[in-house]
Amino acid sequence: MFENLSDRLQRVFKTLRGEGRLTEVNVEATLQEIRTALLEADVNVQVADDLLAGIRQKALGQEVLSTLSPAEQVIKLLRDELLHLLGGEPARLNVKTSQPPATLLMAGLQGSGKTTTSAKLAYFLRKNGHRPMLVSVDLYRPAAREQLAVLAGELKAPLHSGDEALAKAGGQAGTPAVLEIARAARRDAFNRGCDVLIVDTAGRLHIDDALMGEMTQLKQLLNPTEILFVADAMTGQDAVRSAAEFHRHLQLTGVVLTKMDGDSRGGAALSIRSVTGQPIKLIGTSERTDGLELFHPDRIVSRILGMGDILSLIERAEQAIDRKQQEELERKLRSDGFTLADFRNQLQQVRKLGSLESLVKMLPRVGPFQQLQKASTQVDEKQLGRVEAIIGSMTEQERQHHQIINGSRRKRIARGSGTSVQEVNQVLKQYVEMRKMFKSVSGSSFLRKKLMGMRPPG
Amino acid sequence: MIQTLFGGPPKPSLRERLQQKMAGAVQKTKEALVSQVDELLKGSPEISPELLREIETLLLAADLGAATVAEVLAQVRRSAEADRQTSGEAVRGAIKDELVRVLNAAPLRTREVPDGQPFVLLVVGVNGVGKTTTIGKLAQFFRGQGHTVLLCAADTFRAAAIEQLEVWGHRVGSEVIRQKSGADPSAVLFDGLSAAKARHCNYVIIDTAGRLHTKSNLMDELSKMRRTAERLVPGAPHETLLVLDATTGQNGLQQARQFTAAAGVTGLVVTKLDGTARGGIVVAIARELGLPVRFVGVGEGADDLIPFEAERYIDALFAKG
Repeated sequence: MFENLSDRLQRVFKTLRGEGRLTEVNVEATLQEIRTALLEADVNVQVADDLLAGIRQKALGQEVLSTLSPAEQVIKLLRDELLHLLGGEPARLNVKTSQPPATLLMAGLQGSGKTTTSAKLAYFLRKNGHRPMLVSVDLYRPAAREQLAVLAGELKAPLHSGDEALAKAGGQAGTPAVLEIARAARRDAFNRGCDVLIVDTAGRLHIDDALMGEMTQLKQLLNPTEILFVADAMTGQDAVRSAAEFHRHLQLTGVVLTKMDGDSRGGAALSIRSVTGQPIKLIGTSERTDGLELFHPDRIVSRILGMGDILSLIERAEQAIDRKQQEELERKLRSDGFTLADFRNQLQQVRKLGSLESLVKMLPRVGPFQQLQKASTQVDEKQLGRVEAIIGSMTEQERQHHQIINGSRRKRIARGSGTSVQEVNQVLKQYVEMRKMFKSVSGSSFLRKKLMGMRPPG
Repeated sequence: MIQTLFGGPPKPSLRERLQQKMAGAVQKTKEALVSQVDELLKGSPEISPELLREIETLLLAADLGAATVAEVLAQVRRSAEADRQTSGEAVRGAIKDELVRVLNAAPLRTREVPDGQPFVLLVVGVNGVGKTTTIGKLAQFFRGQGHTVLLCAADTFRAAAIEQLEVWGHRVGSEVIRQKSGADPSAVLFDGLSAAKARHCNYVIIDTAGRLHTKSNLMDELSKMRRTAERLVPGAPHETLLVLDATTGQNGLQQARQFTAAAGVTGLVVTKLDGTARGGIVVAIARELGLPVRFVGVGEGADDLIPFEAERYIDALFAKG
């Protein structure tokens, strides 16, 4: 079975740990292991070899004669190289234009996730104070425009259907109709006061000259502020080639990496970045419309290196959890006033963060977290709903004073919540244990301190 | 192997057409292959570490994966030593033979279909690999052999997936059994199989929602669909096809492993093989899981799905990326 890049590197570094300093021999052995790991992570052969050449040079030079351990030195070198390759800072979307609407053109191979990403992008931009409009100019894939229309309907986002423009162009799928729809959509966006227009396009192979030509014409017509290359994180060696071809034709301005919630190691990120030189701006992390996040190169690198993506987790937690409620909770925890009502509140906030699975993914893959990673896929999200129902079936008095919940009350609660007495017992037991646990840890930022304490060395 | 499953051997004219299609799909890569290998041989007429290194890079660039490449090269070295082959040409031949051997060694796993029952084909895969399109083409393929085909729209999750399948159904002249979006996939499957039995259809092809293999609840849903199918039609699903995007990298192995565990995959369909896509991951999958490639998608038209032939495919792999 394949190991994750971070697992493999961890093993490599473990064997290095015993060594006093870097020698030509042990550096070479390490680099070979790293090469295999990178290749199995789908990093392009050429890109991997270039990366290793950089590390080899530095490892054998003067810089390594420091007080760091050999393992730390290699981690640091590798991390620096990866950071260098991915670009240090998170890149922002450019939606500034003197002639609104700012247009985002979505490009990519078939099945990379353009339509879903377009909808996510609308949600993302709206959350950041914009008013985006969606339009699909994919006249080729059956039901492609319907798909975007359904997603826009779910989001209640403005959509330009393009039906009139299509009729005007004779109802014939082809470049004239595509351009006609794009033109009408831009007018529509302007008239309806939308400041951003997201243009979903047909998926195409990079060797398809006709469709590439159509993209070029779309680009000329729309003068987009962003041309985003939507790429599947599971792509293999071909990532370099397709990205290069798209870049050659369209001069991409950024990349969206989709399906990052799978277990691919995302080596495509390195390949695409290195061949286009364009930043990865966003990543898709779930099937839900809110599953789109800014790409933080430093965090991805630290994830590759096995240090987890703790910063992302904290950022997400801060967005979803009401700060005031949080302070209130901390006060209660300290004063032993953590009631079942608070317990329910906590659960609801956890659910707001998104699926447990995607949260746990961000934690490091070592130590105690390893078990958690495995367990997380088995967590039944419905179970959380059941707990909520059980607490919801209690009286206010019961929620404040759990001690009074006796046998007959338990029976009533089970009936009211459609669960069994056993399940009620279980929830109460969990709650009591949680109370005990909270009492034993003092201080408010326990979790954060614990997590922050695990930053990578070097 | 396809022939044993899907009726008698194709007529010569059909066979010729298929060969042309495959040749067309791999033409670019073939050209690149010839020039690559020629250059390689000109530079180093004998087996040298450099030559093997070059070949290793070629294989890696084809997404075969580090482990598979290492084994293939070891095998090539062994056979070269045994036969005292020294020319680069022979090395190239040995690699090709080894890859073809791996691909052809995968056993056929299809189950028998009792008389009077429909052949049930379940199509699974991660998001965006081309499941629905593949189903349209499969329907066309079976229709072309004179069979009746019923399509079952059990992807009730993705927006407009049902509509997409209906467009295909209309295009190839197959009825589509559907419910509304968001319905229980197993319920749609139940309807589909019941209808197929009532109408004495030869084939039922079931579309499923794309799912990442890491989502255990969604994988459980597939297991449930299998059980539902088996209750209605003995031995169903008779074939479970995992659709893989040819550009998928090493994660494809993980996909194949998880889908096989949950849905009992019996074969692969490689899509988007036209153009310059590699698809070398299927070699790793055949080697490790013994799953045969049944079909490859070579274009966007309804006829652009053809039975797989290992030899032709391997030719296409050797192009440098």
